This record gives sequence, C-alpha cells and structure tokens, in this order.
Amino acid sequence: MSEWRELPLIFELSKPGRSACSLPRYELPKAEVPAALARAEAPRLPELAEPDLARHFSALADRNFGVDSGFYPLGSCTMKYNPRLNERLAALPGFADLHPHQSPEDAQGALELCFQLQEALAEISGLDAVTLQPAAGSQGELTGLMLVRAYFQDEGELEQRRKVVVPDTAHGTNPASVTMAGFELQPVKTDARGNLDLEDLRCVVGPDTAALMLTNPSTLGLFEEGIVELARIFHEAGALLYYDGANLNAVCGISRPGDMGFDVVHFNLHKTFSTPHGGGGPGAGPVAVRRELEPFLPAPRIVRAKDGALSLDSKRPKSIGRVRGFLGPFGVLVKAYAFIRVYGPALKEMSEVAVLNANYLLSRLKDVYELRYDRLCKHEFVLSAATLKREHGISALDVAKRLMDYGIHPPTVYFPLVVPEALMIEPTETESLETLDGFVDAMRRIAAEAADTPELLHQAPHGRPVERLDEAAAVKRAIVRYEFEASAPTSG
Amino acid sequence: MGTGYLALTNADRETMLRAIGVASIDELFADIPEQARLKRELELPPPASEVELERELTGLASRNVHTGQELSFLGAGVYDHYVPAIVEAVISRPEFLTAYTPYQPELSQGILQAIFEYQTVICELTGMEVSNASGYDGATVAADACFMAAHVTGRKKIAVAETVNPQVRQVVKTYAPGFGLEIVEVPHTDGVTDPDAFLAAAQDAAAAIFQQPNFFGCLEAAPDLARAASEAGALAVAHVDPLSLGVLEAPGNYGCQIAIGEGQAAGNRLSFGGPHFGFLAAKKDLIRRMPGRITGQTVDRAGRRGFVLTFQTREQHIRREKATSNITTNQSLCALAGLVYLSWLGPRGLRELGETCLGLAELAKSKIGLPLAFDAPFFKEFAVRTKRHSEEVVREAKKLGVNPGYPLGRDYPGLENVLLISLTEKRSPADIERLAEVLGEVLA
Repeated sequence: MSEWRELPLIFELSKPGRSACSLPRYELPKAEVPAALARAEAPRLPELAEPDLARHFSALADRNFGVDSGFYPLGSCTMKYNPRLNERLAALPGFADLHPHQSPEDAQGALELCFQLQEALAEISGLDAVTLQPAAGSQGELTGLMLVRAYFQDEGELEQRRKVVVPDTAHGTNPASVTMAGFELQPVKTDARGNLDLEDLRCVVGPDTAALMLTNPSTLGLFEEGIVELARIFHEAGALLYYDGANLNAVCGISRPGDMGFDVVHFNLHKTFSTPHGGGGPGAGPVAVRRELEPFLPAPRIVRAKDGALSLDSKRPKSIGRVRGFLGPFGVLVKAYAFIRVYGPALKEMSEVAVLNANYLLSRLKDVYELRYDRLCKHEFVLSAATLKREHGISALDVAKRLMDYGIHPPTVYFPLVVPEALMIEPTETESLETLDGFVDAMRRIAAEAADTPELLHQAPHGRPVERLDEAAAVKRAIVRYEFEASAPTSG
Repeated sequence: MGTGYLALTNADRETMLRAIGVASIDELFADIPEQARLKRELELPPPASEVELERELTGLASRNVHTGQELSFLGAGVYDHYVPAIVEAVISRPEFLTAYTPYQPELSQGILQAIFEYQTVICELTGMEVSNASGYDGATVAADACFMAAHVTGRKKIAVAETVNPQVRQVVKTYAPGFGLEIVEVPHTDGVTDPDAFLAAAQDAAAAIFQQPNFFGCLEAAPDLARAASEAGALAVAHVDPLSLGVLEAPGNYGCQIAIGEGQAAGNRLSFGGPHFGFLAAKKDLIRRMPGRITGQTVDRAGRRGFVLTFQTREQHIRREKATSNITTNQSLCALAGLVYLSWLGPRGLRELGETCLGLAELAKSKIGLPLAFDAPFFKEFAVRTKRHSEEVVREAKKLGVNPGYPLGRDYPGLENVLLISLTEKRSPADIERLAEVLGEVLA
C-alpha cells in the first residue's frame, strides 16, 4: 500500500473549456437579469469531463473507510451494517421524486410510512407521541429541551426553572444544547461504580431544576442502576427527565425509556436503526414525549381522519414551532422504517447480541487494558491505556493509530473525559465472532508491541495515504478553501 | 436467530457466554432494575422478509404521486432539477456511504478532501471566504446565522424580510427564545423588500436577512438591502438559490457578511423534503463564530498535504456549554452530492442552466398570459394572479395531470388568488404549452 500518491484537488485537475454537463438546449426567448444584479465574474467551479470526474471521486472513495471496509468499533456511534435493500427502497421514485409540497391526498403512502414509524418509535420508547422533524441527534436534543421550556412556560414556571442537570460523562452536545435552549448547565459527578452520584444529585435538584439530561446506558456503557430512584427525585422536584437516545441500541425491547421514567426521548436513527451515516450525515433525530408534552411538539402534525386518510395539522397553538423544513429527513425515515420492519419484536435480540458482543470483547481485553469500572457493560465499554502510557509512553492515540495497520477503525478516544487515555469500544450486533476475535488479537498484540517496539506505535499508521497530520498547523495556517491565486483563471 | 444481519451462530453465543462467565444472555442485563424492565414483547408488526418488505414499501410508494407521474411546476424552496447519474454513483460508494464523521483523518482523507473541495465551491458560488461542512437544511442554517450574528454584534434583535421562505422564518422563530432573540419581520412592497424599510428594521439588529430570489420568485434589490443592513450595523445575511449564482451576483460581492441557502437543488432528489443540506459561508473574520464542522489543509509528518477537521475549539465536544453550536452530525453525503453536481456543471454549465431557467420562466409567463402578481423581475419562479382561489386552481389542474404550482395564500393572507409557478430545465417548451392549455381550461 505504499503506492499512495498525493491526490490533486479537483481544482488542480481543471482546464478551462472542459465540462461534464449535458443540458437540454431549448428554443427560448432571450431573458436576462437586470444588469445591476448580474454576476460579473463566474465562480471558479471545477472544469472536468465526466470520466475524470468519476476517477477523481473514485480515488477519494479509495481514501476513505466505512463499515463495509472493516470493523468500526467507534464508541457511541453504533456503526452497524447498513442494509443495502433500504437504499433501494428510499430511492423508489414514489419516495425520492415526491415533492414535499405535494398535496397530502397525493402523498398518502409517504404520510402512512411516517405515521407507522411514529407508532413504532412510540412503542420502542414507551412514550405516547413522536415528531420526526429533527434532522439529527443534537437537533433532537435541542428540540427536546425546547419542549421542556414550552411545557414550563405553559405551567408558568419557566422563570424559576433555569437549570438542566447533566452528568460529567455526557456527550458534549448535551451541555451545548442546554445553552442553545436558553437554560443553565448544572453538572453532576459520577460515583465509584460509574453511576450518577445520588448524594451529589440530591444537593443540586430543587425548585430551580427544569430537567435531567441522561444517556442510559451512559457513555461508559453502564446502565444507571439508580434510575428508578433518580426519576423519583426529579419528578418529586417537579422537573422532567430527558433521555439521550445515543445508546438506545443496548436496550430495545428490554427496558424502555418511558418505563425508566423519562418524559422526553430522542432517537438517533443513524445509530440504532442502521441508516448510513454518509461520512458525517445525514442523520435523523425523532423525539418521543409523554402525553402531557404532546401539544408542544413541532408543527405540522400528521393526523388521521375517521376514514383513515392522513393530513397535516398546522393549527397547533402550543407548538414550539418548526425546527426544520417539512416533515423531517424523509429518505432517512424510509430506511429506519424498513429496518424496524425486518426485526419487529426481535429488536430485543438485536440489543441482546449487541450487549453480548460488547461483554465478550470486554472479558477478553480487561486483563491487558485497564478497566476503571469493573462491571458487566451494556452495548459498549471504556478501557484505558493509562498503564501503557505510564510504563511505555504509549497513548490511547497510539493504540488507535496502530489499529489502522490491522485494518480496523479505531474506537472513540479520549472520551468520556472521566477516564484517562480512554478507548471507548462499541462492536454492535452485526459483527461475527471471527471479527471480534480478530480485534482481540490486534488489541493484545498492540499491548505487547507497546513494550517491545514502541516506535512502531508512535509511527503508526503505516501505509495509509497520509501519516499523522499536524492539527495545530491546520489552525495556525487556516487554509479552509483552495487558493486559486497561483493557478490559471477558468473560463466562464 | 433473527435476521440475516446477525452473524452469531448459537454455538458462537455459547462460546461467548462461557468466556464472559455467565450462564445466559439474561444475566448480562441483571443491572436493570425490575421496575424499568419491559415484561412483554414489543408490539410491532412481525418481522418481514426482504421480499415482503419490498412489496410493502413499493405499495406505499405507489400511493404517492411523484414528478414522473404528473407534470409538476411545484417549487417554493425545493426544486425538481435533474440529478446526473454520476452523483448517485459517487454517493453510493460504500466508503463514503457507510463511514462516520471523519474523526480519524488517516482513514478519512477521501471525505475530508471532498469537504475541503465542497467548502471551496460554496465560497466560490457565494463570494465568501469560509464555509462550514454543511448544516441540516436551508432553514436551520438561518438560525445558525442568527446565533453567529448575536455573538459577533452583542445585539438581541434579528430583522428578516417577509419575502424569506416561510419555513425558514418559522425555524428562526423557534430557535429565537433560546438565544434570547427578538425577530422583526419586514413586510414586502409589491413582492419585494423596500431598502428603506429594511434599514429601519435593521437598526439595533444583529443580522438582517433577505432572500434572493425571494420566496415569490422576485429579484430583490439585493445590493441595496445589503447596504441598508451594514449601514444599521447589522450583519447582512443573504439566503440564496445556489443554482441562480451563475447569472446572479454573489452575496459576498455586494457587501453581505454571511451567505446561506438550501442546497437541495444541487444534486439532491426531492425525497419529500429531505435529507438535503444547508450551506453557510461567511467572511473570514467570522470563522471562530461559525457553527459546524470545518475542514482545513495541513501536512503530515512526511510533509505531504492532508486534511483534518479544524478549529475544533469552537465545537461542542471541546467547548461543551460554550460551543458555537451543538451540531455534530451534519449532511456530509448530501453536501458531497452537491459537490459532485456542481463539478459536473462547471462554471459554464451553471451559467447555461441559469439562462435556461430564465428563458423557460419568460416563455411560461408569456404563454400562460395571466397577470403577474408582482412587477419585479424574476429568475425561475414567478407568481400570477388567478381569478379563482389558487388552491382550487391546483385541484382542478391536477385532475388534468398538471400540478401548476404553489398557492401562496397558504403562507400569505391576501394572496389567496396567487399561484407560484416554478421552472427547471426538466420542463420543456412543450410542457409549458400543456401548462398554459390546462390553466386556460381551469380558468375559462
């Protein structure tokens, strides 16, 4: 694999006069925009013929790594197999070529799918009503907190309830969402078993508390053992409980957020329900709520008439409003719906196997990497490279980079922050025993290499298109777009 | 065993349970309190095989009327432009499709370089210096722009023209209370925004937002609006159609500090409203206040060019409650489709496409012969007055196989008899003849 060459940017492949496009040439009246509004200089878009365009993007794809390329145990991202059938289904012309302003009577199939998906998500979460509008998990969080805000405003308590309690193990999105929703952050600590510290909590929960935001299982992969008591403490204080669904893959059909006591839940359809993440998105972050919060959900709502016909209801006086265009990222919703239909009640088995896979890896690795909280895990677990660091100067980052040499995508590193040199590992349910054993072998070998050939790890990865990159220089140089100045002008 | 997506055999499971040291899978869940457990099966339809699933979803899809089945002139923010095959070929490459966010650059140079190229293309289109890696859609990027502007100016008001897409304004209003922002709308005058009214509204505002072409299809006096915003000390924010920017001037070239828009028209199918992408670009001094991912160029240890996610100290995983945004997942694959599409077009194609849209709209205007609702010039959409309620016109025309456009009365009281007609290069002069014929019949 040493044949990687620096790949030209698409602008460096451009030559004035070339074009890939093929547009119809109709006989049309001459029409121009007013001179004062007309473009003076053409944008310097790439100029390539289609064959070279195809080769360029193919070369870029060769320099990328997806679930189809190999094992991808990136913690909290639930990188499971993305069924190919679902791509085909989302691309059906009746879905992909359906205009979002199409009248509801001519979009009944799409509305039916959305309605059924809402029902399924309500059942899976153990809650009453669902919105499909949010575009991603973090937008689901924000939507959820806006619902909390609207609820307390309606109750006349918003002025008083300013604080949202977030554990120190939470994803960074949680505190950021708290700020964006106009609340104040109240952090709480994790106890020695990896649960929320109930003593700490009792001190901070009070009449100024709006909500708890909790990921359960937590980012440590541990189920919150005090969840029932926790829910009681918050509800007695008149506060609501928000469930971050990032780790829902551990508990589908086993323990539902609604049954744990949560009032608002967001889902990550691109995690739990297998919709491909596309190198950073699209995602989908539907939100489910208890009945009391239903009036505040984003508008419009899909409603069913007595004759079964579905329509859109925008007259929702208490609604927080719209959080995104139209009904949500529909193409993603189709794929998630299809996934849920393939499993049905067997979603429980999906979660069981995800947890089995994680515990198997944990049991085979905890003698060589440190484990801060020695308990059964759920769908993921967090190891530490602190010993390797202390004894051999090998960091979590070195371990991560060396894994690439074994054809494996690294786990999430340096998160959660409560574990030093953290390696957060989530295998998901779709991996075979052979793949898991291959990972164990690689991790054990790397631990041995740390002692024997540490330089090999410091230099990793080997044979990739680039070696380790200088991130500080990226900030310092701030090159965030191609600079044309040195190159030839394009035609326009 | 459940589905074909699970690889473990029963024997594998036994082996693994032994290694863990438990007797059953149930034991792995012993930490879940009794009260929090579901003591029944999930009530979901029974598992479907691939064959059954395809039959079911094909059935649902057939209950929708798509643009291949009726002659559609619907636009109003989402447009039926042609999506070249090369776009779908690229975005279905599994290395792109099945990857997560590029946290590990050595395994992600493909998508990182593509995002860098995307950022460049967006900057070139909009006349800006920095672009993020994409936002959720054309509506949420407007809320992002407000958040940026509020931080930069320390002001707590946003002025937005009423001619901005209603969904965009609705999203901005939904986000506003959390940001502590007040939203002031500027009414239109004969379909466009009066620069003096815009100036008055922009006083003390953090940002003043307008749309070009606006929601009615009309061309605003955009340079005058940008000037008015700047004069009032507000950031001038333009919401633009990316495919208009071959013929229309770029916002960065007439004084805007931020350009945003809906990227759908560039290489993304209609898909009933998503997933698409929003773009957000700005002048360089705003980079540290930008939300979302940004890719930057750097070098590796051997001095080779490479790409990384950069300026991450703006972001939630480091700054937590002090971040510029909570965004993590964005719309990478949709933005990649946008990059491939705009590269397919090139500068000449973009211009030619713009001219074709202009010509088609002009042809449609003269063939239809209905009075224009507004006097302003237009790009690819225009509004006509109908003597009947435009919802009725749509209903009647659809019976004849033509969806003639979007009834503006849905969002604008007083415009019940106004129909917004949208043209793309997928509609031919013959299609326009048919539209004219059907509207003539319906309005006879």
